[in-house]
Amino acid sequence: MSTSEFEEIIVLEEQLIEAEATAPRPVELAAQDVSVWFGKRKVLEGVSIDFPKNTVTALIGPSGCGKSTFIRTLNRLHELIPGAALAGQVVYEGQDIYSKDVDPVHIRLKIGMVFQKPNPFPSMTIRGNVLSGLKLSGMKRSGHDEIVEETLTKAGLWKEVKDRLNHAAGDLSGGQQQRLVIARALAVNPHVLLMDEPCSALDPASTLKIEETIRDLSSSVTIVIVTHNMQQAVRVADNTAFFLASENEPGHVVEQGVTTDIFGNPQDQRTLDYVNGRFG
Amino acid sequence: MANPDLGQRDLQAAATSHRGDRIFNRVVTGAAFTALLVLAGIAVFLGIQVIPAFQSQGLSFLTSTGWDINTDPPTAGIFGMLYGSLLIAGIGLVIGTPVALLLSIFLVFIAPPRVSRILTNFIDLMAAIPSVILGLWAFYILNSQAQVWQELLNQYLGWIPIFQNDSGNFQGTPFIAGFVLAIMMIPIVTSVTREVLGRTPPELINASEALGCSMWTMLRYVALPYGRGGIVGGIMLGLGRALGETVAVFFVLKIVFDTNWYHVIESGGGSVATLIVSRFGEVSGAFELNLLLAAGFFLFLGTLIVNVIANLIVTRTGRLQK
Repeated sequence: MSTSEFEEIIVLEEQLIEAEATAPRPVELAAQDVSVWFGKRKVLEGVSIDFPKNTVTALIGPSGCGKSTFIRTLNRLHELIPGAALAGQVVYEGQDIYSKDVDPVHIRLKIGMVFQKPNPFPSMTIRGNVLSGLKLSGMKRSGHDEIVEETLTKAGLWKEVKDRLNHAAGDLSGGQQQRLVIARALAVNPHVLLMDEPCSALDPASTLKIEETIRDLSSSVTIVIVTHNMQQAVRVADNTAFFLASENEPGHVVEQGVTTDIFGNPQDQRTLDYVNGRFG
Repeated sequence: MANPDLGQRDLQAAATSHRGDRIFNRVVTGAAFTALLVLAGIAVFLGIQVIPAFQSQGLSFLTSTGWDINTDPPTAGIFGMLYGSLLIAGIGLVIGTPVALLLSIFLVFIAPPRVSRILTNFIDLMAAIPSVILGLWAFYILNSQAQVWQELLNQYLGWIPIFQNDSGNFQGTPFIAGFVLAIMMIPIVTSVTREVLGRTPPELINASEALGCSMWTMLRYVALPYGRGGIVGGIMLGLGRALGETVAVFFVLKIVFDTNWYHVIESGGGSVATLIVSRFGEVSGAFELNLLLAAGFFLFLGTLIVNVIANLIVTRTGRLQK
């Protein structure tokens, strides 16, 4: 192979990589006109958001605007609350996840969730926690040792815990517990990871670590993250959706788009006020 | 120059300098020690009775079984009764614990809140049934019902040694007594396990739901391990209640002075508490009374030991959880 041929290939490859980076990504998960009720109270109205594959989408907005409720509708956790109701649809794998023939367990395994408060199982070891999703859902995956190492590495925790995998999970710090929970969610091989304010109970150093983890994960998993921290949305999210609820009105999406646009050049006055910290 | 008053001072004295507080403090402390005093008083009173019993019977008072007070010399041994107390309490546990556990799972995780509240009240009321009423009910109703159950057990499961019955007599068996004890234990064990399961942190339930868990796996891997210490504690509390229960058992348990090792649906054996209550009314003299009180001492000791073991288990399992 001559030098010029070699250079040509390099150039072609670079073009390919660039094309891949700029090409619109296929939509992994889509909420279409989703409205949500708790009993008679309507808390969300007509939310439509596309979540492109392997991107991070931040949901921002003041407290009580329905962000957490919305994220729980994306993997059918909302329905576990008595009196919960929903209109619209959530499309995943080309099908409404709320249609009758869809198994909610399958959905929850493919669309994992990380909660606000780190919630490892205290009676299990670190290793046991990582593998708990397999055990709890009855899912069969071979090579448990590899799964433990792989997911803990992805979650950025492997180096810190590799010598004490059989210690109780409760011995870890809050930030470590949250990364352990992320590893646990990853062990069942989800395509989407929902994170409901994953850093709000953590110190700044742990928060940065989790954000690093989120960035690393986004190459292989689609992430939806609810956050109150606007700098965090800027740091981690490709896209951002701004939720707002006026008094006694259900929450809705005021504006959504590429994160830099939402923060740098918002179209709606309310978005501008919120991202500049004038309310919320 | 440094003020000498600013050296090390006892702050405790200042904190309790208020006169009303001091009086209240003493009353509360006194009340707390009363419990200890009562316990010690009973132990000493019963302990003294043990001495003459052992002087006449020696160690065989604990290791043999029999009650021939009017012979010369009189012989008395309570081994069969001590063992019988354990046996019927054990039967109560085996029958009552699963019911109590399932009941509390239903109340906490399955029943709608309203149903749960109402049912909880009724179960608590169960604990309020006087044991003499329960005993009468068992004597008139359960006895004849249990005949049939026992005959069926014997007929179909008689090949298992515990369900053997060669005499064909199903009256006053440990099974019936254990069944009554189970009814008495259920509200106690249920109220503790319900409380414990109800305290399963919602974030752990969330976590298991998000991992695609069924109700059964959530219970098995999350709620039950989390509540293990408390559940064991509740069961032990029930056991403590069962060991000491007298009146209800007295109505249905026939005392035979031998050791019924495991033939639970054949009459035989007895329990310490029923021994005491059945002999007490027709006690032949100071000596027999003394023997009964000595038997009471060992019953007391037994329940104490069960409670201590219960505490050890609870604190141990509690530690493991962290």
